[in-house]
Amino acid sequence: MKTVKKRKATVDTAACVACGCCVKVCPKGAIAIYRGIRAEIDQENCIGCGKCAKECPASVITIREVQP
Amino acid sequence: MKKQWYDYLWIFSAAYLILGFFNILFAWLGLLCFFIPLIISLTQGTKGYCNRYCGRGQLFSLLGGRFGLSRKRDIPGWMKSKAFRYGFLIFFFLMFFQMLWNTYLVFAGAQDLRQVVTLLWSFKLPWHWAYHGTLLHPGVAQFAFGFYSVMLTSTVLGLVTMVLFKPRSWCVYCPMGTMTQLICKAKNR
Ligand code: SF4
Ligand code: SF4
Ligand code: SF4
Repeated sequence: MKTVKKRKATVDTAACVACGCCVKVCPKGAIAIYRGIRAEIDQENCIGCGKCAKECPASVITIREVQP
Repeated sequence: MKKQWYDYLWIFSAAYLILGFFNILFAWLGLLCFFIPLIISLTQGTKGYCNRYCGRGQLFSLLGGRFGLSRKRDIPGWMKSKAFRYGFLIFFFLMFFQMLWNTYLVFAGAQDLRQVVTLLWSFKLPWHWAYHGTLLHPGVAQFAFGFYSVMLTSTVLGLVTMVLFKPRSWCVYCPMGTMTQLICKAKNR
């Protein structure tokens, strides 16, 4: 049986500077800045495109494969 | 995503630097970039300024992104450490208060107006063409020279890290960004 792996973005929240650069580039609108503290990614909507990870000036976003 | 009016505030940031070259008194407008983020973080508890309105961040992403003036490498680990970010914030504040002190001395008549823009807290650039005296007190001009120095210095640092690392690397250690994030953390505990 084939398992479909999905790619999703995760934020290292402790190192996030809450600049919001990732929010601006996400094509799915899947990121929000939680109370000026850190970025939060809506795992449902994220398609794992990696645009946010590329943009993040602190490079604290990683794209990981997750089991569905 | 559709562009909003606030996506064009980079024009304001660029115009600010240019206007200060011709008349230093425009430097006073830079106070907006200090008070608006603070007010938003204090009243809303968000980094709405960084996330939406900051023209400086937009300018860096435009120059580094669209114009490709960036190597787009990861910023070194120490630059995103809390020690460096908070240390830089404190250093920036100390320099800011020193600038205010110099302004005070001119207001108090203890020091003459110095028409220079100090880059990176050490290099004095002649800037005398940007001020020819007004009815205002020389202290008003001294503050403008000091504030413009702060803005120009941070722009130069931001441009250097934009080229070396990612376009908006400045946002990692920007004192306003760090300070508003700290305020949000304190408010939303
Ligand atoms: S771009 Fe990076 S540092 Fe900025 S809010 Fe997003 S995850 Fe945080
Ligand atoms: S990986 Fe793509 S879809 Fe997922 S949060 Fe980042 S930009 Fe949005
Ligand atoms: S961190 Fe500084 S430069 Fe970046 S968006 Fe916020 S205020 Fe602007």
